[in-house]
Amino acid sequence: MYISHARIKELYSTANQLRQDVIGMLESAGSGHSAGPLGMADIMSAFYFYILNHDPKDPSYDERDRLILSNGHICPIQYAALARSGYFPLRKLKTLRSFASPLQGHPHRLSLPGIETTSGPLGSGLSQGIGVALSARLDKKKFRTYVVLSDGEHGEGNTWEAIMLAGKYRLNNLTAVIDRNNIQIDGYTEDVLPLEPLRDKYEACGWNVIDVDGHNIEEFIGAVFEAKAVYEKPTVIIAHTIPGKGVDFMEREYVWHGMPPNKKQAREALRQLRKLGGKIKSEEE
Amino acid sequence: MIHKALSLSHTLFSGHEDMQALRDGYGRGLLEAGENENVVVITADLEESTRCHWFSRLYPDRFFDVGVAEQNMAAVAAGMGISGKIPFINSYATFSPGRNWEQIRTLCAYNDSNVKIAGHHAGLLTGPDGATHQSLEDIALMRSMANMRVLVPLDALEAQRATVAAAGVRGPVYIRLQREKTPVITTKDTPFQIGRAYPLWIPKTKRVDVVLIGAGPVLHEALKAARDLEKKKIHSVVINVPSIVPLDTKEILSWVARAGAVVSVEEHSIYGGIGSAISELLSKKNPVPMEFIGVDGQFGQSGTGYELYKQYKLLSSDIIIATQKVIKRKRS
Repeated sequence: MYISHARIKELYSTANQLRQDVIGMLESAGSGHSAGPLGMADIMSAFYFYILNHDPKDPSYDERDRLILSNGHICPIQYAALARSGYFPLRKLKTLRSFASPLQGHPHRLSLPGIETTSGPLGSGLSQGIGVALSARLDKKKFRTYVVLSDGEHGEGNTWEAIMLAGKYRLNNLTAVIDRNNIQIDGYTEDVLPLEPLRDKYEACGWNVIDVDGHNIEEFIGAVFEAKAVYEKPTVIIAHTIPGKGVDFMEREYVWHGMPPNKKQAREALRQLRKLGGKIKSEEE
Repeated sequence: MIHKALSLSHTLFSGHEDMQALRDGYGRGLLEAGENENVVVITADLEESTRCHWFSRLYPDRFFDVGVAEQNMAAVAAGMGISGKIPFINSYATFSPGRNWEQIRTLCAYNDSNVKIAGHHAGLLTGPDGATHQSLEDIALMRSMANMRVLVPLDALEAQRATVAAAGVRGPVYIRLQREKTPVITTKDTPFQIGRAYPLWIPKTKRVDVVLIGAGPVLHEALKAARDLEKKKIHSVVINVPSIVPLDTKEILSWVARAGAVVSVEEHSIYGGIGSAISELLSKKNPVPMEFIGVDGQFGQSGTGYELYKQYKLLSSDIIIATQKVIKRKRS
């Protein structure tokens, strides 16, 4: 796999743009989640602008790759990525969470083309991804199914039911990506309901596990391509991310999990993001 | 008298009725529906008792056992149902839709995924297993959500027809099934359509004193009650309502307008079930005296079908008492 330096730079710059979109959206909505969407901006940039085989002009095209957002509450970042990809006009982003908007508080398949399925109630996205991947296998279709899930939703029994089942069926056309940001609404994951050793748990259930820096786009893309080459089992990419990434007063603070910025905070957040000029890289921390 | 136009079984009331379990009819329905290669069947470790094993033998590639994991079963099916498949999910009604209600609500109904939910071992007839396995709430759970059709078949043959019909209609469907062998009331020529109600028994005279209305095998008790009531010169109609959602309001209202009194009959809680659906309709369109035969605010217990029907007052003798009561209320 070779990606030019210029292309990678462009993906970081898109990620920064997505972060700015998210700040604007959350500020106008007056409710919603800040930390998760900012933390997943680099990965969403990589997905929508490099990895996924998709067509914004034909969202239901049969051979497209599927991306399911199990932790639906971080949907502002997905909405921003869809808009920037050309699924719908940018001006609609500011209608997030408002009456009659296609941008529902949590993603709804029937509301917005490009949303593969309805999600948000935690713990059931991976199962749905399994259903999609099993159907693809039955129909001998070549597309891949990606499921983004949060670390906190591993508290749900449904998540573990799905992890075991994907192992049983050796779903090599399924890749899970965990936003391992260590926070959930009530605090740090290891305080609320400890998940570690997460890697061992997945391995025990028959998964190929890759840990990556979730803010290193090149490394993330590399892991996705490695997953494609693994033929005997599903792959999970544990993406270690910083919640609130890019805005210093939001980073690593779990209070920002379920809170939007006010006007003043939004202005400061945008100032910081513009200053970084798209050069967010974990090495530069 | 038996409604001839419906071609009902000639063994009805013979004392040696053909006995078959609804789940067997369902299993045959799966085979029939399975001719469409998009039909897939999923179970949560109950392959044989939910009668999926005939399908799984014939179509092993389209059969999935997810283990004891009803929530996962519903969510996996939701993923398949948006990918061109027609999944049927199978467990006991207490667990599916009992345990996985939210996955069914959000991922199947709200998401409009083409999933068919078979709730097995519903009602008191699950007998010896006891209250933990006797679902008396599933109709209430399912008919309260949007975009969910709710079917409650009368007998094994109707269960088979309902299964085929469910596969043929686009969108989520719930089918309520029971374990024990119960009298076969219909024949292969009896009509069935989602959204239709059928009068199994009609009065000999123009006069109708009462509407007995319900669904499921317990309607056999209503038919026996109708026969015995006729001997007492009480003329009734017994309406089979296998489609709770959507409801055949036209057929129901026309009989209620003539009779002016109603007794609902169901092997389910009287709160939120079939009686409630009828009562909601009538309180808007034609409020008449109504009595409810069903389980009234209690859990079941272990026992034989007869013992339980007797304990929870679902026998034809109970229906007769309720009928006399409702007619008295109508006249007062």
